[in-house]
Amino acid sequence: MKKWLGCACALLALAFAAQLEAGTIKIGVAGPLSGPQAAFGEQFWRGAEQATREINAAGGIHGDTLELVKGDDACEPKQAVAVANRLVDHEHVVAVLGHFCSSSTIPAFEVYAEAGILSITPASTNPMVTERGLPTAMRTCGRDDQQGVVGAEFTVKHLKAQRVAVLHDKDTYGQGLADAMKTHLATLGRKEVLYEGLTRGEKDFNALVTKLRSVQADAVYFGGLHSEAGPLVRQMREQGMTAPLISGDGIMSETFLTSAGGPKYVEGVFMTFGADPRKIPTGKAVVEKFRQAGYEPEGYTLYSYATMQSIAAALKATKSTDGVQLANWLKANPVETVMGTKRWNAKGDLQTSDYVMYRWTKEGKYAEVADKP
Amino acid sequence: MTGHILAQQAVNGLVLGSVYGLIAVGYTMVYGIIGMINFAHGEIYMIAAYLTAIFLAGLTLLGLQSPPLAILLVLAATITFTALYGWSVERIAYRPLRHSNRLAPLISAIGISLILQNYVRLSQGARTQGIPSILDGGVHLFASTPDAFVRITHAQILIVVTALISMLLLHFFIARTAMGRACRAVQQDRVMASLLGVNTDRVIATVFVLGAGMAAVAGVLVTLNYGSFDFFIGFVAGIKAFTAAVLGGIGSLPGAMLGGVVLGLAESFFSGFVNTDYKDVFAFSLLVLVLIFKPSGLLGVPEVEKV
Repeated sequence: MKKWLGCACALLALAFAAQLEAGTIKIGVAGPLSGPQAAFGEQFWRGAEQATREINAAGGIHGDTLELVKGDDACEPKQAVAVANRLVDHEHVVAVLGHFCSSSTIPAFEVYAEAGILSITPASTNPMVTERGLPTAMRTCGRDDQQGVVGAEFTVKHLKAQRVAVLHDKDTYGQGLADAMKTHLATLGRKEVLYEGLTRGEKDFNALVTKLRSVQADAVYFGGLHSEAGPLVRQMREQGMTAPLISGDGIMSETFLTSAGGPKYVEGVFMTFGADPRKIPTGKAVVEKFRQAGYEPEGYTLYSYATMQSIAAALKATKSTDGVQLANWLKANPVETVMGTKRWNAKGDLQTSDYVMYRWTKEGKYAEVADKP
Repeated sequence: MTGHILAQQAVNGLVLGSVYGLIAVGYTMVYGIIGMINFAHGEIYMIAAYLTAIFLAGLTLLGLQSPPLAILLVLAATITFTALYGWSVERIAYRPLRHSNRLAPLISAIGISLILQNYVRLSQGARTQGIPSILDGGVHLFASTPDAFVRITHAQILIVVTALISMLLLHFFIARTAMGRACRAVQQDRVMASLLGVNTDRVIATVFVLGAGMAAVAGVLVTLNYGSFDFFIGFVAGIKAFTAAVLGGIGSLPGAMLGGVVLGLAESFFSGFVNTDYKDVFAFSLLVLVLIFKPSGLLGVPEVEKV
């Protein structure tokens, strides 16, 4: 009886919501729209906004238009949960694109799973995002364990480093990445000479750099974000260390250059990231549109765009807003996106990862490392 | 463990500690004179970092090429403007509440701190900002082998020397000038000082201005050395500097500087020789230990009940 009543209530609420929102479908865009990682939030928003505009111009979802709702989590787990609840309870979104920091995505995705709302992150690479069996959790990026493999292979085979130091920022993403690196270094027969965490928000890592010198590290791997990677590499160079710094997708932003203090400090820094989505032929027209509007679609912009396309494709094909149904459709069907055809496995991860190694140049740009190890 | 690593960690700690000390002075002076913590002090330091970048950009636009002159001008301009912020904090958050409940000014200072943080975030953006390095290079000391050397950058030398000079100037101001004497009088007994004709409101405002000036020096030096900052740097720096002030004995000027250096050295050595993950744990354990055996801090005088 109680169950039946609950069902009826839910149906009634659904009918009411549908009536209220007739003609528009709300999608949440959640990420660090403010705070130190706001550069990434802007990439999310730009990509999602552009994709929505074009989907709506092409007729929307069977005549209904998509409407975006912002959710700012500032990369703080507590705020992410509050934002997730607001998107679900007050905004009545049918799907969420986000979040950015893994430490935010992991708790927020539980909220969406409970509410039965499809949630796809374009950027959170920590394995735990999809490893917990949440039926509505998916991503359009790679995983840290895949990133760690590329990082470790490159460090050992290409750089021929013997004494690798592994650092992280004690955050879910950073430490997860560092752990993946550590694991794959071990399978390649290397034991790291140092494994330590620094504190997010600090600027002085000189003591740690001196420690790197004392253990005679010939390569330094850092799992973390550009706000700490910048000062770290600068202080390494200032103390006369020439060992290369290798990091992951968390430093994929022009802001890394700013926080390091100029091209001469970032030159030679390596980072793993998906093969440049701007070079995929299918996305050429979209990239042109961004550039015409005076915005360079770097980093996660096109990932966000592709995520929005995937959400729209699922909404169109299933004619449903049920998160589990949407997710199941995506897991079973390939989607044509700006980044090529995307296919997912049953966990919600992409079937193929395309991590490659990039190198920062002395002009302060980054380019794919050409010669494969 | 070789000697050069030990010496390098000492340099790291001394530089870090000098910055902590400069900011700690602001906490300790305000506490000494009105017995309260200025929670907006970290934000004053953050604003100084932004002002440094703005003035430096302005000077570059005007075509100024010489780094020493640029640093001096930026230092002067930043101290002036930041002092204005310090004065405003006192005028808005403390003076109107001087005779109300003891906790009220603390809350209004926290409010000012939030306002300043969000004002900078809205007007300057939330992204990490940076300046190109204008003070490059450094010296290698004890370079016996290619790997064993102590590296001191010019920016680090500037930090320690400037911190030392600022502290000496401040010490001279408090010990030798008429205003300094008035400051000491108000610290000892505010009511008695005002009965004897000291304008206590002016003295208190002066102390806020001096504290902000020292934070401005720290802001300029840190920005020149590390090159990047965002609207949230005042928080971490404020907590560390406050710890330094308590460690050295809150209310004591040499104590603030000593506390800063001790804290900086403790962090560097622990991070370098034990573990970076737990360096803050170690720093705060040290604080607890000192307070157990010396409740008024390293150089603090035992608290006399205030009137």
